[in-house]
Amino acid sequence: MTGTGGTGPGAPTDLGMPGFPPFPAAAREAVRDDTLRANLRRATHTIRDKRARAVAELADWEQLRAAGKAVKDHTLRHLDRYLIQLEAAVTAAGGTVHWAVDAAEANRIVTDLVLATGEREVVKVKSMATQETGLNEALEAAGIAAYETDLAELIVQLGHDRPSHILVPAIHRNRGEIRDVFAAEMGRWGRPAPGGLGDDPRELAEAARLHLREKFLRAKVAVSGANFMVAETGTMVVFESEGNGRMCLTLPETLISVVGIEKVVPTFRDLEVFLQTLPRSSTAERMNPYTTMWTGLGPSQGAESDGPTAFHLVLLDNGRTDTLADEVGRQALRCIRCSACLNVCPVYERAGGHAYGSVYPGPIGAILSPQLRGTASEIDASLPYASTLCGACYEVCPVAIDIPEVLVHLRERVAQGGPVTREGIRVRIRPARGHTAERAAMRAARLLLDHPGALRAGERLLARARRLRPRRLPGPGRAWTDSRELPPVPAEPFRDWWARERGGRA
Amino acid sequence: MSGREQILGRIRRALADAGPAPEIPRDYLRTHGDRTPDATADLLAAHLTEYRATVHRAAGDAVAPLLARLLAERGARSVLVPAGLPPHWLAAADQVRIDDRSDSTPYELDAVDSVVTGCALAIAETGTIVLDGGPGQGRRRISLVPDHHICVVRVPDQVVDSVPQAVALLDPTRPLTWISGPSATSDIELDRVEGVHGPRTLEVVLLTAQ
Ligand code: SF4
Repeated sequence: MTGTGGTGPGAPTDLGMPGFPPFPAAAREAVRDDTLRANLRRATHTIRDKRARAVAELADWEQLRAAGKAVKDHTLRHLDRYLIQLEAAVTAAGGTVHWAVDAAEANRIVTDLVLATGEREVVKVKSMATQETGLNEALEAAGIAAYETDLAELIVQLGHDRPSHILVPAIHRNRGEIRDVFAAEMGRWGRPAPGGLGDDPRELAEAARLHLREKFLRAKVAVSGANFMVAETGTMVVFESEGNGRMCLTLPETLISVVGIEKVVPTFRDLEVFLQTLPRSSTAERMNPYTTMWTGLGPSQGAESDGPTAFHLVLLDNGRTDTLADEVGRQALRCIRCSACLNVCPVYERAGGHAYGSVYPGPIGAILSPQLRGTASEIDASLPYASTLCGACYEVCPVAIDIPEVLVHLRERVAQGGPVTREGIRVRIRPARGHTAERAAMRAARLLLDHPGALRAGERLLARARRLRPRRLPGPGRAWTDSRELPPVPAEPFRDWWARERGGRA
Repeated sequence: MSGREQILGRIRRALADAGPAPEIPRDYLRTHGDRTPDATADLLAAHLTEYRATVHRAAGDAVAPLLARLLAERGARSVLVPAGLPPHWLAAADQVRIDDRSDSTPYELDAVDSVVTGCALAIAETGTIVLDGGPGQGRRRISLVPDHHICVVRVPDQVVDSVPQAVALLDPTRPLTWISGPSATSDIELDRVEGVHGPRTLEVVLLTAQ
């Protein structure tokens, strides 16, 4: 089977973060990191409040949300048809379409395309799909340097770090840390940071501008993702803020876009929904500063050409068709990666993005990762428990993904086993025997979450004993906290926080 | 089996049990307000300003002295001129003119101080201008690489209220660039900083006929 590539049949794809400890252990580390928690808390609260204002501006938000959900469900229902239509439209406009069953195949396709140009470096637009496939590492292994050009991705790359948020990947870093990373690392990759660099965001952004412009101007090959693809016309759409996307999408001669198959929408008109809901849900703006839409090589070529002279689209499966096969779980494929669910999640706020062991953190990561790569590993088996099921993620989701519903469904799968599809084949997984901790966690979690009184009592006890820094819940919560330790000193009980933050709204 | 056939086959098997596709409800609003053309232009100006673009107004021939002044204030020595830009717009400007050509290199574009373009349309509710490569707009890169972009919007004919109205008017086969304020980042502690990679200064001229 071409699909399994070098990873061997049955090997889980690592979604960009190999060998990461399961959520409980990773979260335990994260909640002890005070800087991380402070950075996260400030950032998520700021975006959350702004988002609520941006959404309140549109009287028809609920209708837009219903339309967004229906566009995506409709597309998924006929995904084969729309992908074939998209392929025809892109090809007619001068592009070339490739299909990649898994990460290894996608990386191989991109590597071969880059090598064929004779170039040995590429500039990259922030893309979850290529993080998911670990493309940068694959390119590096082939002797190709891949430069991330999004400021936050640059911070992550220079810092030998991992992204911790979909939208603001360096959300866990503060200005002082960023200054240190720039000063120490920029010179190794290209233009060094100016001497005496301060930690003012303006100064830091200017250093990034100078460092990256050098790369944009000479780049011959770019790699991007896309937020949407239009089946009807073959149009690709990239939303961004900084202009690094536009640089990569328009200056190089060759553009390679790696895009998950679920990103297709039927018609150009459908974009009117997401152009309204995506910016407001993600950066909490009426509109992001730049959106680029291009269709193959455009209507005119040769002397009139505008942009790259070669365009390749790599359509990526990598677990998406397996996810599609799950009646309850397939709704995760509606996700437009706005990150609103991260910013409202009390667990994400305390644990940080790295704890999820995947490029997809937060509530969406908790349902997407175990579906894309299966629940065979401990981290994936534990992810469905990385939630309090409070429902805040569902409430903000612009495509109305019922994340709590999918979480409960996946918990059942882990606990009881049942039919799933892996690499296109229907199999029956056994109950998670190997994961004693998870089974205990699940039993306790079910008890706690089915009996809100127990949770409340446990949390209050914990809060009252705050100065003692207890690490275990008493009574029925004990087994749960054995594996999924609560933050040692939660700022306040979750339910109090909830009542205060959400004004008692369900 | 090719990757294509594998993926399509998996999709078909995955959907074997699926019910009918939902209808897409279109009962969301076409616009978010009932405005006069003047009110729409004012809203566009307000939203552009909020995203730290600078908005100017001019009527008829006054556009030429205004553009000359804006370029002079900027200290621009050269200006990129897309094909089809109305010649009288730059009649009073004395900067060196650089034509938008397909064979100019990124380095050449980087050496230009300013660019003046028209647009396809502008959206008041979001403070967005859209360029589609039509006459007077040039290639996508010319409104990106120079650090100073002046965009002229004809008011009221090029201004729409809302995103749905804009989408209905645009041609998806043309390269489209939607611009809402100058390039910006909020990646460092969520402090907004303008002009990371795109133009650090965006000036929009709302041009009425007389
Ligand atoms: S699940 Fe919904 S809220 Fe979360 S990132 Fe995806 S679209 Fe946004």
